[in-house]
Amino acid sequence: MSAKKESKNPAKTAVKEKRQVAAKLIPIYIMGKRYEVPEGLTIMKAIEYAGYRFIRGCGCRGGTCGACGTVYRKPGDYKLQVALACQKTVEPGMYIAQIPFFPANRAQYEFADLTAAPEEVFKLYPELFRCVACNACTKACPQGIEVMDAISALKQGNIAEAARLSFDCIQCGLCTSRCFGELAQYHMFQLARRIYGARILPRAEHLAEMVKTINEGRYDQILDELKHVKEDELKKLYQEREAEPMAAGEDWKPKDTRYL
Amino acid sequence: MGLAYYPGCTLKTKARNLEEPGIASMEVLEFKLEEIPRWNCCGAVYSLAEDDLIHQVAPIRNLIRAKEQGKNKLATLCAFCFNTLKRANLLMRENAEKRNTLNSFMDEEIDYGGEVEVVHLLEVLRDEIGWEALAQKVKLPLRELKIASYYGCTLLRPREIAIDSVENPTILRKFLKALGASPVDFPYATTCCGSYQIISNPGDISEYAWDILGSALRHGAEALVLTCPLCDYNLGRGQKELMKKHSEFKGMPLFYFTQLLALALGLDSQVCHFELNYGSPESLLREKNLLS
Repeated sequence: MSAKKESKNPAKTAVKEKRQVAAKLIPIYIMGKRYEVPEGLTIMKAIEYAGYRFIRGCGCRGGTCGACGTVYRKPGDYKLQVALACQKTVEPGMYIAQIPFFPANRAQYEFADLTAAPEEVFKLYPELFRCVACNACTKACPQGIEVMDAISALKQGNIAEAARLSFDCIQCGLCTSRCFGELAQYHMFQLARRIYGARILPRAEHLAEMVKTINEGRYDQILDELKHVKEDELKKLYQEREAEPMAAGEDWKPKDTRYL
Repeated sequence: MGLAYYPGCTLKTKARNLEEPGIASMEVLEFKLEEIPRWNCCGAVYSLAEDDLIHQVAPIRNLIRAKEQGKNKLATLCAFCFNTLKRANLLMRENAEKRNTLNSFMDEEIDYGGEVEVVHLLEVLRDEIGWEALAQKVKLPLRELKIASYYGCTLLRPREIAIDSVENPTILRKFLKALGASPVDFPYATTCCGSYQIISNPGDISEYAWDILGSALRHGAEALVLTCPLCDYNLGRGQKELMKKHSEFKGMPLFYFTQLLALALGLDSQVCHFELNYGSPESLLREKNLLS
């Protein structure tokens, strides 16, 4: 950030420079008003630094809850940018507005009645066919999802592909806020993922078998034995247990096969 | 040889009986249809309003996907997609002002100027394979099958995008001949099926359908061949009603051209998905010993 200076004590200079960087203030515009905030803060922290207090539009602060969808523009650039306020650090001259909530149509359905037929999605969300492929949704996604492609997949009846493409969706609603056809993409994707998980993804047959085996008491004896082992002995057993190697193949088996 | 291919949404849902036999047949003919990645809706209807550019975005984006793949030709099976894509392509070739506006709007894509050529699969069969060569590949000639060629609108109108003579098209007749079938000419071959009017005026559509089906029947047709899922819908769904109204009408099977192609090339009839057709085309085919 700052220019390098000749110094007899480089370590000391580095500390000094670090402090300077931390203290440097940059201008940003929150809802059109100018504030000076420390460089390096996230948009969310910067808004708080400027004196605002979040009672909405703020959730996990970890980039996964989707509560802090934010739009911004940089000086001299016509492009609208998007971010999660808790993830993006401020840049000089940013014009920022948060869109913590955006009204969106969410269909009511009885999930048990759905069979994964594409027409069910078409019926619940007929506005799907108002998409004109303008791609504004994709440009507005802070998760980098190909939103328009996922909508296309739904129109093509490919629920699995829509679920796959939208896997990272955190339902912030920014796509919906930009949609020319007034679609609520994120609700449609949630439906797609639910249908995919419950109706399309193959069931894990071996899981049911394993649960059955456990319920039948296959492991009761060994668990009982372990319950009565002294602490030191238990630690030793744990440390000396045979673990599956990282690069083990499908056919790997432990030496002790008594419990398989 | 590979051929860039645009399917269209309906071919992935209701009209799998148009797509799957087409893909299988082209593989036999050594023209592998390669679906372009990340395609979206073709736009469904070409927008006629002069100032309505947003509805050109969908078809053009698909053409851009083909260009990105380094393809100079994009084939469709659906006549409606063909129409929308080819007309949007023409707009991009001929109207510099609109081209610039659209390219500027789609600033996340590469610029497009109409470089890709949009073709219908019938044109590929005619121009790249040829009727004689196709006839030589036929394993099960569709002998004695009297089929009327129904074009509808979208392969022939407007004139600028027509795949054949607008007034007197013969491409389907030649296609049927190559497959060994007996083509039936009838005066309603290029009459509109009613298209999207089905939504607002469903009653009128069954009358449209009767004009077409009744005429084909009077000219000795046992079935109709078509290229468009909307024609299929409009001419198929009302047949039960028409049978009640017109005692001489016993229903008329509708075939997609790809189904007849697959059948004639000797492919397993399963690939034709006859279960998705209106009525029961299979009984006619069994009658003619074309289906076991």
